[in-house]
Amino acid sequence: MSIAASLLLTLPEIILSVSAIALMLVAAFAGDGATRFVNGAAVAALFAAFLSLGGEGVAFDGLYSADAFSDFVKPLIYLAAGVSILLSTRFFAAEDKLRAEYSVLILLATVGMGMMVSATNLLTLYVGLELQSLAAYVLASFMRKDQRSAEAGLKYFVLGALASGILLYGISLLYGFSGTTDYHGVATALADGVGMGELFGIVFVLAGLSFKIAAVPFHMWTPDVYEGAPTPVTTYFGSAPKVAAVALLVRVSIEAMGSAVTSWQQILIFTSLASIILGAVGAIGQTNIKRLLAYSSINNVGFVLVGLAAGTEAGVSATMTYMVIYVLMTLGSFACVLQMRAADGSHVEDIASLAGLSRRQPALAAAIAIFMFSLAGIPPLLGFWAKFVVFDAAVAAGLMPLAVIGIAASTIGAFYYLKIVKIMYFDEPAEAYHPVGSYVESGVIALTALAVSPLGYLAIPMLSAASAVAAKALF
Amino acid sequence: MSFPILSTMILLPVLAAFLTIFLSANAARWAALATTLALFVLGIVLWQAYDIGGPQWQFVEQAPIFGQRFSWALGIDGIALMLIVLSVFLMPICILASWESIQKRVPEYMAAFLMMEAFMIGVFAAQDMFLFYIFFEAGLIPMYLIIGIWGGADRIKASYKFFLYTLIGSLVMLVAMLWMAREAGTSDIPTLLQYNFPVEAQTWLWFAFFASFAVKMPMWPVHTWLPDAHVQAPTAGSVILAGVLLKMGGYGFIRFSLPMFPEASAALVWVVFGMSMVAVVYTSLVALVQSDMKKLIAYSSVAHMAFVTIGLFAFNRQGIEGALIVMLAHGLVSGALFLCVGVIYDRLHTREIARYGGLANNMPYYALFFLFFTMASVGLPGLANFVGEFLALVGAYEANSWVAAVATLGIILGAAYMLWLYRRVAFGAAAGEDTASMKDITAREWLTLAPIAAATLWMGVYPESFMAPMRNDVTAILARIEPVAPHGDANLKMGDPKKLAKAHEAAHGEAH
Repeated sequence: MSIAASLLLTLPEIILSVSAIALMLVAAFAGDGATRFVNGAAVAALFAAFLSLGGEGVAFDGLYSADAFSDFVKPLIYLAAGVSILLSTRFFAAEDKLRAEYSVLILLATVGMGMMVSATNLLTLYVGLELQSLAAYVLASFMRKDQRSAEAGLKYFVLGALASGILLYGISLLYGFSGTTDYHGVATALADGVGMGELFGIVFVLAGLSFKIAAVPFHMWTPDVYEGAPTPVTTYFGSAPKVAAVALLVRVSIEAMGSAVTSWQQILIFTSLASIILGAVGAIGQTNIKRLLAYSSINNVGFVLVGLAAGTEAGVSATMTYMVIYVLMTLGSFACVLQMRAADGSHVEDIASLAGLSRRQPALAAAIAIFMFSLAGIPPLLGFWAKFVVFDAAVAAGLMPLAVIGIAASTIGAFYYLKIVKIMYFDEPAEAYHPVGSYVESGVIALTALAVSPLGYLAIPMLSAASAVAAKALF
Repeated sequence: MSFPILSTMILLPVLAAFLTIFLSANAARWAALATTLALFVLGIVLWQAYDIGGPQWQFVEQAPIFGQRFSWALGIDGIALMLIVLSVFLMPICILASWESIQKRVPEYMAAFLMMEAFMIGVFAAQDMFLFYIFFEAGLIPMYLIIGIWGGADRIKASYKFFLYTLIGSLVMLVAMLWMAREAGTSDIPTLLQYNFPVEAQTWLWFAFFASFAVKMPMWPVHTWLPDAHVQAPTAGSVILAGVLLKMGGYGFIRFSLPMFPEASAALVWVVFGMSMVAVVYTSLVALVQSDMKKLIAYSSVAHMAFVTIGLFAFNRQGIEGALIVMLAHGLVSGALFLCVGVIYDRLHTREIARYGGLANNMPYYALFFLFFTMASVGLPGLANFVGEFLALVGAYEANSWVAAVATLGIILGAAYMLWLYRRVAFGAAAGEDTASMKDITAREWLTLAPIAAATLWMGVYPESFMAPMRNDVTAILARIEPVAPHGDANLKMGDPKKLAKAHEAAHGEAH
């Protein structure tokens, strides 16, 4: 394939990279006053990247692949990144000050995520992952004067670097024992039996990636980082990088290790169940809404892995469906968190401050209730469908114990989601929130709430078809 | 295609619920009443249009709008029809019962009830297993809110208990459903009803469904959520809980467990009988010592539901038909009893039995209605419960005489606690000035109690109206389960009537 054709395939990443660099120059010269312009331009760049999707093929001699799978995942990432940018303006204007680098960093991270999703080589994978992570470390500590934010950034960086090291070690083992870093080459090498070295490689790679998706036992950073990072950044952490990392994990598991399913299936079953249970139990005692959502994300990753653990095409398709619904729920619930503001306009994160919200702001309370019931997987909300498909895949693959334990443990999760609803609907009203009309936030909340409401079921045929096509591309 | 009456009945209350939220308190009351009455009319139309002896599934609708895994498939048989009619009959009464007692957040309250109604109809009308599950579970959300927002002092605990208890049971059922859909290749209930699942898998599936329906029913020992939920829920919430939600468990047994897993049902009949026998005696004894009226009636519900399970698993026509009638009768009578408690609770704001007494003096009409429903609950011949309980016992005797004996003991205990409750509340001396000065029931309360009384009497005197639509469906279920029915110990033998007549004649002749 010619270099021009390869470049054309990577057009979305090129658009994003060029815009990021250009906007960085704008930011450097025009200063923070240009933030609103930079944000707008960044969203436009994301939209342009979305429009340039659709190429099919393998670029750069097997380093990068554009296929139905990446075409399914990337729009989701762009959407989440775009929303994180849109939600940021008002937050930073009120809390700290507007900084133009924010959307530049998001764009750079998005380039990295695009590479993660499209990587078909362990090295492209690593480079993409690092590009995303480095931007994320900076984003986590974006509020320089805020102690919690700095702590979050530092924690994320130290643990992230450790995980990257583990991942890289796993990659080097796989490379050493199979002689290649290409996914298909690794798959071929694994097909004729998995040796001890290769097994170690697989375990280390999975451990490194588990960190990125915040699966137990590599989840420890999540609550602290989610809590400390500025809320728009947390929104972003909870959505886009999670999608990218899960997509990456799916692709590596299926394309590179697909010939050795039995070697990693048990690992995924363990992480999955551990995440579901720990995510559920850990959330119960939380008093900070962002920490609670952090545990909720750990819990959800567990369910995502149920689909992947099946190791089948239906499982991958279910995983991708889950991610779409999960991103909608995450964006919506964090947009709701952004609406929690004390009388002086500062943001509050205390769950107790939600007390009696249904009487102060019925619409907001209803939206949060929808997200909570949906996250708990209660029909007729769309969150149920997400759980339905992953467990369906697990049952079809014969993983009965996983399905039964996982689904029973989701009752524990239901408890703390119910707690939020209880606080909002059953308790006496607490001090009123500062009412702020923000079209962006209200719009995000309204649209996502509508999407996860029963109306979302009408989109199921489309969603299933798209995720089935995406899954097919990997097999 | 004919008019989609079932979809209308599901979507109309949903739509009304959304509109109701934006109305004022009084407008919301009228809107809810109008909607529920409209649904009641639709329910009557449904009953009238139902062709007894026609195809098993009627008013069938099929719209594959959810992709391939499940579809919007609706359709009812006679059993579902009767339960839908029961739901739409009780709903306007619930709205009327909440007219004055609910004063805070009325629009939301009415919206929750309308959503509840939509989900209840959906459960009984669903012809797709997953659609059934969605409706079955969805009902938890409005009920959770109803108990939690408008409930009594200890409402929070009760609402959690209700939600989590029912949820965990149902989730296990979901896994079983996923397996079944894979095995049979469809989630269409009529098809699954004819599918023969491998016998060794049936036991697991049966237990998974049992986990859900036993909690919903509720059966001893997983009944403990019920007294809490009943006591804390507002009156109308209790009516719907006792009247319709508990019936979902029985409906589940008859729709899924029995016809889909006949071999497992036959093999595990001892589980059901054992739990039901304990329930009948134990919960009746517990009911005897209650000092809280609602709790007493709640425990009596558990005991009555045990008759349903005993009847259903008797594996014969009398048992199943009896169980179905008990379900309907209990829906009416226990709903009415909760309304009766609600009437005096609204006046005195306590459910303590000891705080009442002598109501027959100052509230004669109330005492009359209360007596009527007490008698119905006790199983007085001529009223609804008698028909069902008698049939269920006949069926149970054929299956196992011990079970029948213990269940009969339950009837005696039932008479004991209900009559004692009535004596303490209606007769004797008033507990205080406030009790003695309570006013008799208002016109609105007349409107809530009289229709139920009429229906109870109708079902007791002429149960055929209610049994006729269900008869063919019972036949269909029997066709599935009778070949594997466990051998009963009663060894009933049909006598030879001619021979007996001759002997009688001979004896008669000799005497002359």
